Amino acid sequence: MSAKSESMLWVVQRASAAVLGLCVLVHLGTMIYAVRGGLTAAEILSRTRGSAAWLAFYSVFVLAISVHVPIGLRAVLGEWLGWRGAGRAWLLVLFALAIAFTGMRAVIGVFT
Amino acid sequence: MKPLNVRVWRGQAEGSFQDFVVPRHASQTVLDVVTYIQRVLDPTLAYRFACRVGMCGSCAMTVNGAARWTCRTHVDKVYRKESLELAPLRNLPVIRDLVTDMREFFDKWARAKGSFRGSLNRKDDFEKINPQSKARQQVDAAIECIGCGVCYSSCDVVAANADYLGPAALNRAWTLVQDERDVANAERLRAVAGDAGCHSCHSHMSCTERCPKQISPTAGIAGLKRQVSLALLKSAL
Repeated sequence: MSAKSESMLWVVQRASAAVLGLCVLVHLGTMIYAVRGGLTAAEILSRTRGSAAWLAFYSVFVLAISVHVPIGLRAVLGEWLGWRGAGRAWLLVLFALAIAFTGMRAVIGVFT
Repeated sequence: MKPLNVRVWRGQAEGSFQDFVVPRHASQTVLDVVTYIQRVLDPTLAYRFACRVGMCGSCAMTVNGAARWTCRTHVDKVYRKESLELAPLRNLPVIRDLVTDMREFFDKWARAKGSFRGSLNRKDDFEKINPQSKARQQVDAAIECIGCGVCYSSCDVVAANADYLGPAALNRAWTLVQDERDVANAERLRAVAGDAGCHSCHSHMSCTERCPKQISPTAGIAGLKRQVSLALLKSAL
C-alpha cells in the first residue's frame, strides 16, 4: 500500500478515535443515568423510539467503530501474524461491513 | 573487591554463554571487562569498540538484558545478583560473539532519506537560522545521535516487523524535516510514512528510555506523524 494510503488510514483511525472518545463518554453517562431505579427494556425503548437525536448519535458511534476497529486489527494481523497482503484488506472490508451492518441493525431496532 | 562473574555470548545466532572471572576495580566500565577478557583470558573473543569516550557508537551490547553503550556504563550500575551477562545487540544479525552486522541498521537511514539535501552552493551566502526558533530547537534536541543502535536493539516494533525503519533512522529523518535548509522533505515524508515508517511506532518509548544520549526518538516519530498528516491534508504527500 502506498505511503499516502497508509497515512490516510492512520489519520482516519485517529479521527475516529476522537469521535469514539466523545461517544463513549456520552454512552457511559447515559448508562449511569439510565440504571437509576432499575433498568427495563421498556424504559430504554421509551427513550430511543422515534428519537432522531439518539438515532443520529448511535449511528455515528457505530460507523466510527466500523472504521476504527478494522484499521487497528489490520496492524495486529500485520505484526502478530505477518499477514499484509490483499487477502487481509478484503477480510477487513468484510469485517467492517459486518460491524456496520449488525451495529446499524441494532440502532434501527431500538429506533423503530 | 570480589572478582566479577561474567557470562559472555560466544557464537553467532546459535551459540552459548561462556563464564569468565574478571578482577574488579573501582570505576570499571563494562568495556574494560570485555577488553580484559579479550586481552588476558581469551584472545579469540570478538567485540567492537573505538573511541572509549561515548562518541563513536560502536561498543553497544546487551548488558544484563538491556542494550547499553559499554564504554560509559560502570559495572557498579549494572552488576546484579553477582552476575554480568554480555550478549550482542538484539534485532541485528550476529557476526560473531558480541559483534553484530550493522548494515541493515544504516541502510535504513538511507531508506528514510537520512542525508541532507540543500539548495545553495559555495557562491551563496550562509543561510541564517535562528538558534531560538522552535524548529531549530527541535533539531538540537535530536541531533546528537551517535548511531550506536541501542534504540534499534530495544525496539519491539523492529522485532515484530523487519521492514520497520526503526527509531534512529526516523529520528534522523525528523532532524532533517525540521531543518529549514533542506529541500527534500516531500520525498522524505513519503519515505517515512506507512507500515515500515513512523505510523508503525507503538510509542512504547523503549528507545527513549535506553538512548545513552538522552534523545527521544519517540518525540521525533510523533513529530513525523504530525508532519505526514499535514502534508496529506495539503495534498503534498
